[in-house]
Amino acid sequence: MSAVDVREAITQAHTREWARVVAALTRRFGDLDIAEEAAAEAFATAVERWPADGVPPNPGAWLTTTASRKAIDRIRREDKRDDKQKEAQMLYDDEPPEPLGAIEDERLRLIFICCHPALAMETRVALTLRMVGGLTVPEIARAFLVQETAMGQRITRAKAKIKAARIPYRVPSAEDLPGRVSGVLSVLFLVFNEGYLATGPDTDPVRPDLTGEAIRLTRLIRALMPQDGEVAGLLALMLLTEARRAARVSASGELVALAEQDRGAWDAALVAEGHRLVRERLATKVAPGRYQILAAINAVHTSARDVRDTDWSQVVALYDQLVRLDRSPIVALNRAVAVAELDGPQVALSAVDRLEGTLAGYHAYHATRADLLRRLGRGQQARAAYDKAIELAGNTAETAYLKRRRDQLG
Amino acid sequence: MQYLVSVIFDQPGLATPDEAAAIDVFNDQLVAEGHWVFAGGLASPSTATVIDNRGGEAMFTDGPFVETKEFIAGFWIIEAADLDVALKLAAEGSKACNRKVEVRPFL
Repeated sequence: MSAVDVREAITQAHTREWARVVAALTRRFGDLDIAEEAAAEAFATAVERWPADGVPPNPGAWLTTTASRKAIDRIRREDKRDDKQKEAQMLYDDEPPEPLGAIEDERLRLIFICCHPALAMETRVALTLRMVGGLTVPEIARAFLVQETAMGQRITRAKAKIKAARIPYRVPSAEDLPGRVSGVLSVLFLVFNEGYLATGPDTDPVRPDLTGEAIRLTRLIRALMPQDGEVAGLLALMLLTEARRAARVSASGELVALAEQDRGAWDAALVAEGHRLVRERLATKVAPGRYQILAAINAVHTSARDVRDTDWSQVVALYDQLVRLDRSPIVALNRAVAVAELDGPQVALSAVDRLEGTLAGYHAYHATRADLLRRLGRGQQARAAYDKAIELAGNTAETAYLKRRRDQLG
Repeated sequence: MQYLVSVIFDQPGLATPDEAAAIDVFNDQLVAEGHWVFAGGLASPSTATVIDNRGGEAMFTDGPFVETKEFIAGFWIIEAADLDVALKLAAEGSKACNRKVEVRPFL
């Protein structure tokens, strides 16, 4: 096996097995910190040994066994074995590793503990990317423009809280499950959105590493909870958004609005997969949640080969459905954008103006107003709205787009 | 595992009769389900005295050790298997006493 093949095997094992190894060790040793460190050491050992010894026939089992040995070494070293760890150590010698995935995948517990509501949202994001996604602390720190030491401390504090407060390592009860799943999905949606519209003057406008990781983790949850409609909805929403990535930023680094995108550059496979998921949910006849509705809206957009073929009445009808679930002014703003296509910019502008009280600090509010005012031929007001939007926008490609639009005003 | 459930409030004064009745019901439930360890309401922070005997001679200072807008008006100590159980009980406690509560594990 060539060096390249070995490297490829290690990367693949990391993608497939990291969360499994951390989950299995957390179960066995009752300690996230030990599990994380031992998993990292096991992968480091693989990098050292596999080029010489060859890739083991079952990389996952090799990694779990190696990580377990590392964990036991650490426990011995620290010589502070509580009863649980002693017990685990005895188990180690004479029992084979527990079979995984038979009834309930261990990784699900890992996801739920990382997204526990007793942890701050930013902590849940960081912990999920580290424990489930296998990203390193420096990678996560870079992704969220935080100092590495600060990110390290955030994760360390979270692990300490989980241990001290005894946050349980289990899948929530049926009664708590919907709320807890929705908490997990918010974490993943936040990771995706940060990748999709990255903030900061020195950041790439789109971060495929983050969108890709969010999709990968959502796929994992989808595999673990195939019956959950909102999980399917969020995955479809991400896929249909990701499908447009290549068309979303121009060669000059400018955001390209949906209406102006080269639809031939959309990823047809991702669009097809997203559409399949949306159809699957429609077929269940179960009332959709917000992610499913958002996915359906995106399915309407991605079904139109030309922007003029967009079924705007369908889009507005879906937004009406969404407004009933989610009264947020941002949903109302997005609805107004669709209303402009159906009933004209004047009707949309009246709806947008009603949102000023809550959205005056949000760049998209001003960008939407600017576009509507431009279409109504109210150039001076449009210019002022573009100025405000540019001032508030955090994404470099979006700022470039808004500046061009402003400068094109007569 | 034991948890301290502190009741957080910004005004001195007793619970209303309705609140007191709801707290009684909640306490009975804690006892019946084996979660009860101890509970009590506290007099206002202005009744507090701080003692520092680290220097050999006990120093007494009138008032709470730190002035804050919100303070601990009372507390429960509960026995719970894990934080999920404690949070569920604390949520019921918050509803019963009609105040915010904070959950902290004992070491």
